Amino acid sequence: MKAAVIVFPGSNCDRDCKVALERSVNARVEMVWHQEADLPAGLDLVVLPGGFAYGDYLRCGAMAALSPVMAGVRKAAARGVAVAGICNGFQVLCEAGLLPGALLRNAGLKYVCTHVDLEIVNIQTRFTSAFGARRSAVMTVGNGEGNFFADEATLDRLEGEGQVVFRYRKNPNGSARDIAGIVDEAGNVLGLMPHPDRAFETALGSSDGAMVFQSVMQSVMATA
Amino acid sequence: MKAVVHVFLKPGVLDVQGKAVESALNGLGFSGVSNVRVGRAITLDFAGSDVPAAKTEVETMCERLLANPVIESYRVEVDT
Repeated sequence: MKAAVIVFPGSNCDRDCKVALERSVNARVEMVWHQEADLPAGLDLVVLPGGFAYGDYLRCGAMAALSPVMAGVRKAAARGVAVAGICNGFQVLCEAGLLPGALLRNAGLKYVCTHVDLEIVNIQTRFTSAFGARRSAVMTVGNGEGNFFADEATLDRLEGEGQVVFRYRKNPNGSARDIAGIVDEAGNVLGLMPHPDRAFETALGSSDGAMVFQSVMQSVMATA
Repeated sequence: MKAVVHVFLKPGVLDVQGKAVESALNGLGFSGVSNVRVGRAITLDFAGSDVPAAKTEVETMCERLLANPVIESYRVEVDT
């Protein structure tokens, strides 16, 4: 499996994502600087990592959404390549309009850094198939603006279409309808606030995050 | 010309900064204060003298970058 991790100025989970992908699915990982307008050929997965791209200036993800590399990310997403935005990457995908909604300041005003129990709401996505019959996962969150917001009609649509993928069992930040992660309509673009890249082996407290990458791997094998 | 763009979270979107400032004001004894909202003002200078055209252009800037229409509303003032 071949993956790219996008590196924005201010990304700080880019190397975590690389290691997580290498260790959990033995992926070949290329780091792609935000100034590159084209992504490498033959990608199976594009990851937008956590961090504080462009210092979170203006709004989280707002500047990153306009950087040259996003043209390549858009093209890959339109071709059906799996795209995963984790934490700050989720914010970037929302700002870029590749996912609906937005991430607001946490309802409790605090930066939240903790393990979270997640419900896997939809196991039939290419990011969750490896969970099989399991409906629970433990990962960690670390964010100040992880409070997912969308208008009621959008939330209804997300739930109705199976686009809500992960939900918090105990909401850490005020997210609408306890939403922790969603996919786009086509199902190949994922945004999630919890970090699978910080929960990919038991030494980290949980290896459940690896299953997100294993799911993508399975879907790649299935179509190969 | 000069433009000022005021950006606020839309009514109904939780403004936690506003809430924190409100409780701080109450703590200072300003007990009649409610509905505090914290936004941002963006000022910019640009060339030209056609105010209506400038206003339209700044509104386009808001839609594309300065505000996030999913959660924010904005107001544009342009002066020569």
